[in-house]
Amino acid sequence: MLNTKNGKLIAFVLAGIALLVLPLLLQATGSNSWARIVDQALLYVLLALGLNIVVGYAGLLDLGYIAFFAVGAYVYGLLSSPHLAEAFTSIAAAFPDGLHTNIFVAIVIAAVVAGVMGMILGAPTLKLRGDYLAIITLGFGEIVRIFLLNLDRPINITNGPKGLPGVDAPSVFGISFAKPFYVGDYMVEPVTMYYYLFMAFVVAAVILSYRLQDSRIGRAWMAIREDEIAAKAMGLNTRNLKLLAFGMGATFGGVSGVLFASFQRGVYPESFILMESVMVVAMVVLGGIGHIPGVILGALLLAGLPEVLRHVAGPLSQMTDGRLAPEILRQLLIASAMVVVMLIRPKGLWPSPEHGKSLSK
Amino acid sequence: MSEIILKVANVSKRFGGLQALSDVGIEIHRGQVYGLIGPNGAGKTTFFNVLTGLYTPDSGTFELAGKPYKPTAVHEVAKAGIARTFQNIRLFPDMTALENVMVGRHMRTHSGLIGAVFRTSSFKKEEAEIAARAHELLEYVGIGKFADYKSRTLSYGDQRRLEIARALATDPKLIALDEPAAGMNATEKIQLRELIDQIRKDNRTILLIEHDVKLVMGLCDRVTVLDYGKQLSSGTPSEVQNDPKVIEAYLGTGGS
Repeated sequence: MLNTKNGKLIAFVLAGIALLVLPLLLQATGSNSWARIVDQALLYVLLALGLNIVVGYAGLLDLGYIAFFAVGAYVYGLLSSPHLAEAFTSIAAAFPDGLHTNIFVAIVIAAVVAGVMGMILGAPTLKLRGDYLAIITLGFGEIVRIFLLNLDRPINITNGPKGLPGVDAPSVFGISFAKPFYVGDYMVEPVTMYYYLFMAFVVAAVILSYRLQDSRIGRAWMAIREDEIAAKAMGLNTRNLKLLAFGMGATFGGVSGVLFASFQRGVYPESFILMESVMVVAMVVLGGIGHIPGVILGALLLAGLPEVLRHVAGPLSQMTDGRLAPEILRQLLIASAMVVVMLIRPKGLWPSPEHGKSLSK
Repeated sequence: MSEIILKVANVSKRFGGLQALSDVGIEIHRGQVYGLIGPNGAGKTTFFNVLTGLYTPDSGTFELAGKPYKPTAVHEVAKAGIARTFQNIRLFPDMTALENVMVGRHMRTHSGLIGAVFRTSSFKKEEAEIAARAHELLEYVGIGKFADYKSRTLSYGDQRRLEIARALATDPKLIALDEPAAGMNATEKIQLRELIDQIRKDNRTILLIEHDVKLVMGLCDRVTVLDYGKQLSSGTPSEVQNDPKVIEAYLGTGGS
């Protein structure tokens, strides 16, 4: 017993060190491309963990989840880019230096706004299940995107298809992420700083997910997923619990939206297309629905795989004298990989263990 | 006479042109096992579903332990104090047996998101209590050793037991069992009978819908017979058994 506990602790510490050193190794390659891919993957992990609350715990298939990501991104975009000051003279007068909201303030605001949005968009769907719920949420996701895309008239709020350029880089403890940071002579690239910031949020999200899972509320969500009528018969107020799940999931989405906007240094509506929603659902399902390590694995794989395949698809396309474009080949490879995984491991790559705690070890 | 736990009267329910229930009423006292029997389509399950809030009745008065309740929402009825099991077992299949029972404690406990996220001391205390009570109930129905098995992996009879444990976890005033013996073999039926007997001995009140007349007659203190949505007869098992109307409904009139 003590040995397995110690073993676990050692593995934990080693993994922690590896995760801390990884970005430094990536930046040592001289190019930022891999570090950027990893940073983006971390954002996807955050999104997938949030969606896992809705889809994995409460069993509500949400195909419009990216809308909350968009809401978070726009919240930070509006609160930190010069756009609002340019569009409204009153704001320009009130904040002559621009809004430049601190990212942590924006995260709190975005979490609340996205959470409330999640509940508002969840409310009309409460009586729907499965396919019907998926279609409705898909529609809502598109509505939010189209809304943001067209909200430049009559009052220019979102700047429409032009998006919001010039979003502030985050500043943590007075350290700006806009330029490299020097520890003595050692230079830390901004991508590396973003990595640590995102990793901190991912760790928090993982802890939060586990704590929710092993709680009265988490069990209630799972009961609804397993059998809604039986859950009601146990006195569960399924309406409130579902709204809570929608809200909680959306909060994760909103937070990662803020991080995304600060990372891209801009917010553009084409980042929030349906394909992104589908991708996040695919991460959750592929990894192992409702199982946190599986969901993380799914997110990392699906976020990283396209980039790896980019290197494979190039030579393959040359072999066919360029008749197969790399972009198409890449999609073909991803799709085939997913089909194969679903055939071989229908419950996901790393599904929940078969039995409870005392039996799994 | 002991305290009246459930008192319902004049319950009617119509589905389109079909009068599924007309003027049904029963009265259950504390510590009783009350049987509800009747041929197929007699309205037993409809009555049961009305009682537990799944269907909204057209008329009727409902009283639980002296307090009137409205059977309009399933979870409200559960909160009022009626816990039920299902004819075609409805557990939470991918959750462990223990977790199933723990869900039953949900509405008698209070910790919310904040407690869960920050693991407050009151949260931890409540979690421990929930788990302890759930273990106790699993032992009570005799499946303690399967606590950490996913409920779908349990045998049929054990799944029925688990459903009863889950219902007991809600601290119900009345436990309503919908055909608990359906699909059980003879041994399982005897064991079920012992369990129901045990629950009664612990001064709990049970409403039992059952097809198996032998089980009902051997177990119940009082029985109501439904036929075509009407109350055909009520009384002690032996009274009901000798009621000519009941005999007619079950065996038909001698035509020749």
